[in-house]
Amino acid sequence: METTIYALSTAPGRAGVAIIRISGPKAGDVLDVMTAGRRPAARGAALRRLQNTEGEVFDEALVLWFPGPASFTGEDCAELQVHGGLAVIETAFETLETLGCVPAEAGEFTRRAFENDRIDLTEAEGLADLIEAETEGQRRQALAQMTGALRGLYEEWRESLISILASVEGEIDFPDEGDVPDALSHRAFEPLVILIASMQEHLDDGRRGERIRTGFTIALIGAPNAGKSSLLNKLAGRDAAIVTDIPGTTRDIIEVRVTMGGYPVIISDTAGLREAVDAVEAEGVKRALDRAVQADLRIGVVDARSDEELADLQGRLHDDDLLVLNKLDLAPGASADGAYPLSAKSGEGISDLEARIEAIVQERLSARELPALSRARHRKNVETASEALGRALSQLAAAPELAGEDIRLAIRSLESLTGRVDVEDVLDRVFSQFCIGK
Amino acid sequence: MSAEWDVIVIGGGHAGCEAAAASARAGARTLLLTHKLETIGEMSCNPAIGGLGKGHLVREIDALDGIMGRISDVSGIQFRLLNRSKGPAVRGPRTQSDRKLYREAMQAELAATVNLTIEAGAVEDLIFDEGVCKGAICSDGREYRAHGVVLTTGTFLKGMIHRGQERIPAGRVNEAPSIGLSDTLYGLGLQMGRLKTGTPARLRKSSISWEELDMQPADPDPVPFSFMTDKITVPQIECGISRTTEETHRIISENIDQSAVYSGAIAGRGPRYCPSIEDKVVRFADRTSHQIFLEPEGLDDDTVYPNGISSSLPDDVQDAFLRTIPGLANVEVVRYGYAIEYDYVDPRELDATLQLRKAPGLWLAGQINGTTGYEEAAAQGLMAGLNAAFAAEGKDPLILSRSEAYIGVMIDDLITRGVTEPYRMFTSRAEYRLMLRADNADQRLTEKAIELCFAGPARIERFQTKMGELERAREMARSRSLTPPEAKKAGISVNADGKRRNVFDLLAYPDVDWDMITAVWPELAELSEETVEQIEIDALYSGYLERQQADILAFRRDEAVRIPTGFDFGSVGGLSNEAREKLERARPETLGQASRIEGVTPGALTAVLAHLKRKQKDAS
Ligand SMILES: Cc1cc2nc3c(=O)[nH]c(=O)nc-3n(C[C@H](O)[C@H](O)[C@H](O)COP(=O)(O)OP(=O)(O)OC[C@H]3O[C@@H](n4cnc5c(N)ncnc54)[C@H](O)[C@@H]3O)c2cc1C
Ligand SMILES: Nc1nc2c(ncn2[C@@H]2O[C@H](COP(=O)(O)OP(=O)(O)O)[C@@H](O)[C@H]2O)c(=O)[nH]1
Ligand SMILES: [Mg+2]
Repeated sequence: METTIYALSTAPGRAGVAIIRISGPKAGDVLDVMTAGRRPAARGAALRRLQNTEGEVFDEALVLWFPGPASFTGEDCAELQVHGGLAVIETAFETLETLGCVPAEAGEFTRRAFENDRIDLTEAEGLADLIEAETEGQRRQALAQMTGALRGLYEEWRESLISILASVEGEIDFPDEGDVPDALSHRAFEPLVILIASMQEHLDDGRRGERIRTGFTIALIGAPNAGKSSLLNKLAGRDAAIVTDIPGTTRDIIEVRVTMGGYPVIISDTAGLREAVDAVEAEGVKRALDRAVQADLRIGVVDARSDEELADLQGRLHDDDLLVLNKLDLAPGASADGAYPLSAKSGEGISDLEARIEAIVQERLSARELPALSRARHRKNVETASEALGRALSQLAAAPELAGEDIRLAIRSLESLTGRVDVEDVLDRVFSQFCIGK
Repeated sequence: MSAEWDVIVIGGGHAGCEAAAASARAGARTLLLTHKLETIGEMSCNPAIGGLGKGHLVREIDALDGIMGRISDVSGIQFRLLNRSKGPAVRGPRTQSDRKLYREAMQAELAATVNLTIEAGAVEDLIFDEGVCKGAICSDGREYRAHGVVLTTGTFLKGMIHRGQERIPAGRVNEAPSIGLSDTLYGLGLQMGRLKTGTPARLRKSSISWEELDMQPADPDPVPFSFMTDKITVPQIECGISRTTEETHRIISENIDQSAVYSGAIAGRGPRYCPSIEDKVVRFADRTSHQIFLEPEGLDDDTVYPNGISSSLPDDVQDAFLRTIPGLANVEVVRYGYAIEYDYVDPRELDATLQLRKAPGLWLAGQINGTTGYEEAAAQGLMAGLNAAFAAEGKDPLILSRSEAYIGVMIDDLITRGVTEPYRMFTSRAEYRLMLRADNADQRLTEKAIELCFAGPARIERFQTKMGELERAREMARSRSLTPPEAKKAGISVNADGKRRNVFDLLAYPDVDWDMITAVWPELAELSEETVEQIEIDALYSGYLERQQADILAFRRDEAVRIPTGFDFGSVGGLSNEAREKLERARPETLGQASRIEGVTPGALTAVLAHLKRKQKDAS
């Protein structure tokens, strides 16, 4: 039976609408689940709340339903026009995966359309262009958000796959060569362990999935009256925290949920860090500290006029945390190394801080990963590869031909990331490393 | 005009012998034309057959009732099963051969082959009739007509031997090259090129100090190549092992500019896996020593082949460096080493039966197609000979796929990817390696030989008996199973999941052996050792093979979409120039083949498919 495929047909961005296309026998069922049974009429569009398989609503979207065979691909098709944020797109993808859909291969929509005779064969001339465009679009999207670090990682993987396979194949194909050590494949052991670890880390990726669901957490810390609550209100765009000039006003933790860089972010305002005067406040301070430790990012807030506050906070912040010099209006020209001078009151300097936070959120939640479109498939491929390499590791000594089989499987499933590893690449490595030739 | 012959095979090397025998076996009236009757079956280089990948090819040739396996079994003097300690998929049978025994056995075999006539003659030109190859013309003017011609001239096309600054036109040492034929091929407008290979000096056995050397014995229980051979009866010998020294390397480095290869005299590319000693010294300058096997060329032959030091240095330099090698201080050289450069035809000019697309009726096999090695040559010869015979008889061709045979892998590699250096088989080239084993070549292929009527009666009988026993044994193994508690009682610990496990499942556990199985089911003890081994291999690989099945299905689906000969890729709209050029050059016969051509994208594939579909529609 045909699979049901999905793909993003617009570039993923922060603003605007993202269109997710779905094609295959499950398209109808998928719509039913995601719209809580309110599938639009055939060939119609309707505004619907979208929910995941747990029943949690994650977006409101324009939903279109085209039953086959009179659809673009000739199969049952659906389209979700969701809000363009990455978090929404990812939740949609996750839901689709859970419901048994698979990410489309390069050019697969067009190919299906063609195979179901939905593209008039007289139009077939343009088909290659169409598919090339679809494929190229997918590839560009895949590369667009790939940072240098990520590309470097894939290159490392490719290198190490070639050398791992060269060791194994070298031992198998050149057993009678003076220059090829007997237990050559044992040399693959260490690179295999490293590669698997690297893939695992890539997959775990700092509990990314979890953070996308629960939100990226930021704790504001600093001395009483530094202006934490004021800053929170500014970032949230509404009065979430009470602002007074009595130190210790914020005794419990106040959290606000905002969207930054396309991801949900939770900012918590905490009690000021000082010797507490009463028990309630003492508890507040304790929680503030706990919260600060757990948060994904800490923003230290100091009154720009106070050197002691600055010194005290600098000791508590991690290297990649942020420091804000507040009340710039009262201390014009204040500055400190790497700090953001701003005024929570006038709003001056806030946008720089916001931009920096957005960048951090995006980097931590998405840059280490692949862009939304190809992520699901790539993730699955990396999982398959890492499992196969795990098996290879256990077979290396006893049955190198089975290890070889699993390594080849891993290579095939990683081709979309690392590019094709041809047997010639592997033989090249063998011949350049060893003097083969009896 | 009626032809005297169905098939003419030109060249009595390894490709030619196998081609002639196969064509005759398939019932075609076959003529083998070669320079000299005495050099039929000659081993130009190292007298050894088999190895990893190559041994697999020999088994496949044998499974198709070819002759190389049987000839090797009656002439092999040092059988060794390589990778014995590894799994059955990557064990490669190999032997050194007695050069004379091999040649004699080959000549006797061909002489006794029905439908086959052998004549001596140097072919100068081919006969074409409206573009179709219809025969051959010898240098003395004799003409022979046929329905098809198989050309297997090895290294002879404009062959040029290099040794130091010396240059001798030759196909092999002391044998004249073929110039006329090469011109004929150029005249067909074929893409051609130059490749090179080399051979070491031959040494006088009695001049070697064997007592100074380590010796490597043959296996105590030689494993034959042929499924028809029960036991190897040729006496087995040892070969010596020595090494080059720093002094050897110094002499070579100092004289490197006198080497034909390094002086720039040779343009053709040599194989990276068969480098000359000059190459080794230059490319692996950090190594101070390389291993050398000293292999006697026969039981009563006074010649020794020093494996690992092929060279095209001048005679005096060869003498000098040889004497620095332990055991060779007083060595006497029988014949000096040389490099040889020759014409080959870009194999992308061939279709999957090895017929030239630009010259129907003309099949090419062996080194002429850019391969190296006896086994590669013989395997191609077999396929070309069979298909030439089938074409003469008006039958469908036999094409083996990558998922069926190493032969299929090799031919597909050649015709879709071409070569940049002499092509040699390795097991790593086979994506379905676990399935394409030396041990099951007959199970994969012999049925085809029987169906297409080119297997002899003895082969058929032996095969059917074996398969009968194997099927019975497999059925016994499938139908006998244990529950987890029963397994536990038999000393086999499995998950207590309530699942019954049959003999295959149980054998897949690493600590379960056949004795434990026969302890439970004594009736299985009657199975032959050979049968039990097959059952064990089935069990060992079953998990992996199942996983591969889906891959193979997808592979076969694309393989089943045929692209007709003469398909005009230029008429497919939307193909990039690059894709079109690549497709036109390789002329894939199936969509699967097209997908393996580097630079052919999914879009290009779909465009081709669309075009094919439209043509089908227009036709109906
Ligand atoms: C110097 C040298 C070194 C080699 N080294 C190695 C090596 O290290 N490892 C390896 O695996 N392989 C090696 N080979 C390759 C191996 O010998 C060949 O690949 C194999 O023999 C090719 O078989 P063939 O049938 O294609 O050609 P060949 O065995 O070369 O046979 C060609 C036959 O055709 C006949 N012939 C040619 N032209 C004509 C004509 N016009 N008319 C009639 N008859 C003709 C010749 O007489 C000969 O009998 C070497 C070959 C040479 C020459
Ligand atoms: N002038 C000025 N006053 C500020 C600024 N930010 C906060 N304040 C004032 O400082 C006092 C303490 O602010 P608050 O946000 O409650 O501080 P918190 O204790 O750190 O939460 C309030 O009176 C604010 O109005 C600022 O940027 N400029
Ligand atoms: Mg406060």
